[in-house]
Amino acid sequence: MSSPGHASTPTQISSGPLDSAPVPDYTEFHPRWYRPQVSTYWWLGKWAYVKFILRELSSVAVAWTVAIILLQVRALIRGPEAYLRFEHRLSAPWMIALNVIAFAFLLLHSITWFNLAPKAMVVRVGGKRLPAVLISGPQYVAWIVISAIVFVIILSRG
Amino acid sequence: MAQSIQLRVSRYSPERDTQPYFQTYEVPLKEEWVILDALNYIKDKIDGTLTFRWSCRMGICGSCGYMVNNEPKLGCATFLTQYTPGPVIIEPLKNFPIVRDLVIEISDFLEKLKKVKPWLIHDDGNESGEYLQTPDQLEEFRQYSMCINCLLCYAACPISGLDPVFVGPAALALAHRYNKDSRDQGSAERMAVLSHPEGIWGCTFVGECTKVCPKHVDPAGAIQQYKLAAAIDGIKQFLMPWGQRQENR
Repeated sequence: MSSPGHASTPTQISSGPLDSAPVPDYTEFHPRWYRPQVSTYWWLGKWAYVKFILRELSSVAVAWTVAIILLQVRALIRGPEAYLRFEHRLSAPWMIALNVIAFAFLLLHSITWFNLAPKAMVVRVGGKRLPAVLISGPQYVAWIVISAIVFVIILSRG
Repeated sequence: MAQSIQLRVSRYSPERDTQPYFQTYEVPLKEEWVILDALNYIKDKIDGTLTFRWSCRMGICGSCGYMVNNEPKLGCATFLTQYTPGPVIIEPLKNFPIVRDLVIEISDFLEKLKKVKPWLIHDDGNESGEYLQTPDQLEEFRQYSMCINCLLCYAACPISGLDPVFVGPAALALAHRYNKDSRDQGSAERMAVLSHPEGIWGCTFVGECTKVCPKHVDPAGAIQQYKLAAAIDGIKQFLMPWGQRQENR
């Protein structure tokens, strides 16, 4: 976009045969636009924007969870003592609180991801676009079934 | 129902003011009146200096987009009675420079629109001039062709405000409209412009553009579909670089 500061360049009007007086430089009219500034706290103005920021923040929780799992694997490789130390660290109250928050963010991350899928994927059957629920639905079902299997495995071993 | 309602309208005169301010007007509250009727009442009966864009009065021209109580709305499609008891706060659309009162400067959008080549591109040497299309092929892009360039989506999109080079929802949706058209062969040309951090990848899927669209165009959906297509295209180019030219056509 051209900005008020430097958009207009003076243009000399060509003098026609009828012009007898000297022709002044003509500067294209350029009003002073008002440019509203976006506040740092723009996202607090609307619940939809707050939800968006929370969803973006959820990627930090995903990264945190990945790091925890990698540390868990490392502890597992190093042997029973290392794993006990790791478990002890995880059982600290602040760590439990942090992981509960991370879990909430992971839920938000997963749900918003599944809800995005029907937006990005257009599946047509017999010329008609499949309704969103038929695209996100199977993903929710798979998510719940896989989570249930994991729970059963953990509880049956515990 | 009350007899009248207050409108707090944002005013800005480039010759006189350093920043916008609000002016309050009292207008009759009629059941059949939309925001645009109220603004025209002010212009005709109370204050002739109030400046705003409008034209068709029926959601076709896309001229009368304003922020109404901080939501982007078409003035001709938003009833006054929705906002009783008032006041109704009317401001120019967000994320654009303000020329005067409710009039915004849109040349930046027009430049972006031109960049995405929103027209049919042919290179198949069809000399008959006729391109047949089935109803199913029309259905592929019809929704995206409904855009009236009212710019409500740009006012709702925080990325458009934060990142002025972002191509933005309407222009991207219109690019998608032509890519999806069976008569068009310009998707590779558009991909070069759109598969770019300032194009589709600038969108973080806030989704508000779709919510405010008065014509149900769903720009957010168009952009996500485009992202998927670009990602698949990228993978194809990586896996089969020798097949790139044919794939893009």
